[in-house]
Amino acid sequence: MAATWETIIGLETHVQLRTASKMFCGCSAAFGAPPNTNVCPVCLGLPGALPVPNEQALKLAARAALALGGTVHSRSIFARKNYFYPDLPKGYQISQFEQPLATDGSLSYLSPDRGIATATIQRLHVEEDAGKSLHDRFPKQTAIDLNRCGVPLIEIVTGPDFRSPQEARAYLQTLKQVLEYAGISDCDMEKGSLRVDANVSIRRSGESGLGTKTEVKNINSFAYVEKALIVERDRQIALRDSGGTVAPQTLLYDSKINGVRPQRSKEESHDYRYFPDPDLPPLVLTEEFIAEQQTLLPELPAKKRERFMAQYALNVTDAAVLTADRAVADYYEAVVHAGAETKSAANWVMTEVLADSKDHGEALRVPPGALANLIGLVRGGTLSHQAAKRVFAEVAGRGGEPRNVAEALGLVQVGDTGVLAGWVTEVLAAHPAEVARYKNGETKLQPFFVGQVMKVSRGKADPKLVQRVLEEKLAS
Amino acid sequence: MTDSSDALASARAVADRIVKAKRLNACLTPIKELRKALVAQAPAAHPSGVLYGMPVAVKDNICTLEFTTGCGSKILEGYRSPYDATAVAKLKVAGALVAGKTNCDEFGMGSSTEHSAYGRSLHPFDKTRVPGGSSGGSAALVAAGAVPAALGSETGGSVRQPASLCGVVGIKPTYGRVSRYGLVAFGSSLDQIGVLGRSVHDAARVLSVISGRDPKDATCEDRDPLRLPTVPESLQGFVIGIPKEYFASDLDPAVRRACDRAIRLFKEQGAALRDVSLPHTAYAVATYYIIAPAEASSNLARYDGARYGPRFNGAVDVRALYRTTRGEGFGAEVRRRVLVGTYVLSSGYYDAYYRKAQQMRALIAQDFRNAFDRGVDLLFTPTTPTPAFKAGEKLNDPVAMYLSDIFTVTANLAGLPAISIPIGRIKGLPIGGQFIGQAFLEDEMLEAAYALERVVPATEEA
Repeated sequence: MAATWETIIGLETHVQLRTASKMFCGCSAAFGAPPNTNVCPVCLGLPGALPVPNEQALKLAARAALALGGTVHSRSIFARKNYFYPDLPKGYQISQFEQPLATDGSLSYLSPDRGIATATIQRLHVEEDAGKSLHDRFPKQTAIDLNRCGVPLIEIVTGPDFRSPQEARAYLQTLKQVLEYAGISDCDMEKGSLRVDANVSIRRSGESGLGTKTEVKNINSFAYVEKALIVERDRQIALRDSGGTVAPQTLLYDSKINGVRPQRSKEESHDYRYFPDPDLPPLVLTEEFIAEQQTLLPELPAKKRERFMAQYALNVTDAAVLTADRAVADYYEAVVHAGAETKSAANWVMTEVLADSKDHGEALRVPPGALANLIGLVRGGTLSHQAAKRVFAEVAGRGGEPRNVAEALGLVQVGDTGVLAGWVTEVLAAHPAEVARYKNGETKLQPFFVGQVMKVSRGKADPKLVQRVLEEKLAS
Repeated sequence: MTDSSDALASARAVADRIVKAKRLNACLTPIKELRKALVAQAPAAHPSGVLYGMPVAVKDNICTLEFTTGCGSKILEGYRSPYDATAVAKLKVAGALVAGKTNCDEFGMGSSTEHSAYGRSLHPFDKTRVPGGSSGGSAALVAAGAVPAALGSETGGSVRQPASLCGVVGIKPTYGRVSRYGLVAFGSSLDQIGVLGRSVHDAARVLSVISGRDPKDATCEDRDPLRLPTVPESLQGFVIGIPKEYFASDLDPAVRRACDRAIRLFKEQGAALRDVSLPHTAYAVATYYIIAPAEASSNLARYDGARYGPRFNGAVDVRALYRTTRGEGFGAEVRRRVLVGTYVLSSGYYDAYYRKAQQMRALIAQDFRNAFDRGVDLLFTPTTPTPAFKAGEKLNDPVAMYLSDIFTVTANLAGLPAISIPIGRIKGLPIGGQFIGQAFLEDEMLEAAYALERVVPATEEA
C-alpha cells in the first residue's frame, strides 16, 4: 500500500544585483554584450590582479537582507570557493562562507495550500558570478564567455520550509516581487539574473526528521520551477514506494524532457576548500551604513497591500493585484490623489490600464491625472462606461484631455429626453414583435431595448435615462 | 649635452653594466631587448621625477608592460602582462627606468633561485654558491653593481635573505604599505613588494616612491607615501630589543660574532639595549609553511592552460589539459606546496592545520606587540642563520631550505617592516643583520639602519 508522503523543499536563490559595474572591478555588468568584451585583468583573473569590492553592490545586498527582515552583520568575511572549471578564471569564486553578510531573515508569502506562510531565510551572502561555457556554439569545442564573470550576486538560502512545489513557486514569486520593489534586481530568469537551486526530500506524513535530500539544479525559467520540483518529488515517491532509497545527489533538470538526470560525477565538486580571501579585508559595515540602507528601502508589497486595504477600502484581492508591481501601485495612488474615487480607480487600473500596459511593454500610457478625469466624467454621467473605454484607448494612443477627446469623438452622453424619446420611438418601431412580447409580460426584454437604443445612439445615450423613457413609452 | 641625450647615454651605460653581470644569470631579459627598452624609456622618463634616470631591475613575478613576466616558471613562459604593477607604474612616474626582469625561485617559492625554471643565479662572490632567494636575481644584480636598486618580493624573507647572502640592503615594508596590484600572488596575506639596494638610502628612496595608497588593492593602506628620514647623528633615545629566541645556543658562532659587533656599535651610538622574548618564535616556520602553501594552492589555481600561458601536449579533455599543463608547467617545489596547501585546506583537515596556523599567527603577532608595548622601538636579529650556501646543498632537503628563512618569516607573519643590512663577512661571504620595526614606522627603522650602516665594518670579517 502506498504511504502518504510529505514533500520538503528548501531553495537557494542567486540574484544578480542591479549595478552598473561588476562586483570586484569596474567592468560593465550589462547583459548581452558581444562575448569577452566586458572584461579586464581583474575579472579575467590575470596574474597579479586584485579584487576591490563594489560599494553599490554592498548597499544593494544589505538592502536585500533588510527587506527580508534579516540581520546584517557589522563584520562579514569574503571567502574563496575553490574549484577548477574553464569559465572560472581564478580557479576560485569569491563568495562568503563562515561569516555571511546577513542571517536570520524571513519572508511571508501566500501559500496556495495553507494561506499566509513564512519562509525562514537562513543566510544571505554576496558573491561573484562565474563566466559561461558555451557547448553548442562550435562543433566539438567549448567556447568561453567571461562577460558574466565577476557580476555581483547575492545568494538567498531558505530553511527546508516548503511543503509542495506550488509553495516553493509562490515563495519565489513573492521574493521576486520584494527584490524588484526594492530595486535590488530585475529578477529576469531568462537573462540569468535570478537562478534557483532546490533541495528536495520526502518523508512519511507525521514524521519529524528529514529524509535524504537531492539538489536540483539548472532550473532556468520561472515556469519550470514547479515542474522540476514535481518531477523530482514524484521520482522520490516512486522510488520509496517501490522499496528503494533516495541517493543524496545533484540532479540537473532537463526542460525538454521534463525530467531530471544525475550530474555527471566529473561535474561534481567534492571539496571547495573554503578559506577567507586574503585579498579582501573583513567587510565592516557601520551602523550608520546599515541604517541608511534601511531608510532607502521603499514600502514593501505586504505592507503596501495592507495599507491599500485600510486606506482605500479595497478587498485583499484587489489590493494584491494593485500592489504586485511597484510602478502600478504608485500609478494607482497617483490616480486616487488626482481625485478619482478609490474603487472606480481600482477597477480601471486592474482592467483597462493593466491590459493596455501589457500590450505596450509595461508602459503606463495614460497619465494618472487624465485617468482621474475620465473616471470623473463617467461618475458625473457625461460618459457611459463603454464610451469611456474608447476615450481611454484614444488617450493612451494619441494623448489629449479626456473631455476634449470625448467631445471630438462625439461620445458625450446625451441626456436630452426629447432626443432620447426619438431614439426610443425608432427602436420600438423597428421591433414590433418584441414590443408585443414585452406587453404580454416578458419584461426581461427590457435590457434588449436599452441595448438597441445604445446602438442607435452609438453609445451616446445615458442608459439610466433611456430606461426611464422606455418604461414610459412601453407602459403607454 | 641635452637632458635626453644624457638619459640615453646613461641608459646605454646601464645596459652595459647588466651585460657584464650576465654570467650570474640574474637578469632574465635578453640583452638586445633590454637595450632597446632602456633606450626607449630614457627619453620618455620624467626629468622632474625623484628617481630620474635611475635604473631599477624588477623581479620576474612583478608585472611590467616591458618584458615578459614569467615568475621563474615554465607555466608563464613568454607571458606578457597587459598592465604595469602599481609599484612599477609609480617608479615610471618618478622617472626611473625599468631595467629588466630578474631571476627568482618559481613564484617566489624557494630560498636559493635554484627553483627557477630558467636556471639558478650565481652568487656574485662565488659561483658555486647561491645568491639566496627567492629574489636572488635582484640581490645578485645589485651586489654586482649592475643596478643601484631592484624590486623584489617577500612572502617569508625573499628580499632580506638574499640581501643578507649577497651583502646588500633589503627592505620588506609593513604589509599594506606598498600596493600588491601586479605582484603575482604567492601567499597574499604575507606577500609584499620589497626593495634591494646598494645602500640604505638607495633602497629607501625606491621604497618611498612605490609606497602609498592604491585604490586597486583592498589590502593596501590608505596612507601617504613613506617620507624619508634624515640620517641621525646618533642612536640616542632608541631602545633596541634583542630577542633571545633569535640567538639560541646553536647559532653559528660567526653569525653571533657579527651580530655582537653590531650590538656593541648600537651602544656606542647611544642606543639602549633590552633583552626581550618572543615566545612563539619556535612555531613560526611551521605556521608559515601551512599558511603560505594554503594561499598558494588557491592563488596558483588560475594557471590551468585554458586562457593564457603555454599548453602542454596530450590534452584530450579539460581534465587532461589541467593535468598536463600543471604537471609539466610547475616545478617540483611549487607542486609540493600546492599539494600541501590543498591538503591543509581540505575539509576534515582545515581545523587541524589552517585554523590552528591562523591562531598561532595571531600569537606570533601578539609577541611583537608585547615587546613594542614595553617600550622597545626596534628589534635586532641576524637575518639568516648562515652566509650563502653551496648550490645543491639544500636542493633535495626542503626542510633545510625552509629553515634558512627561520629569522625572516616572523615579520611576514606579523605584517611588520624589516630591513637587512650587511654587518660583516664570514670567510669572505657577506652576512646581514636585521631590524624589525613597528607597523608603519619604517621611518624609525630606516633611521636606525642609516646609523648602523654608517659605522658597521660591513666588508670586514666578523
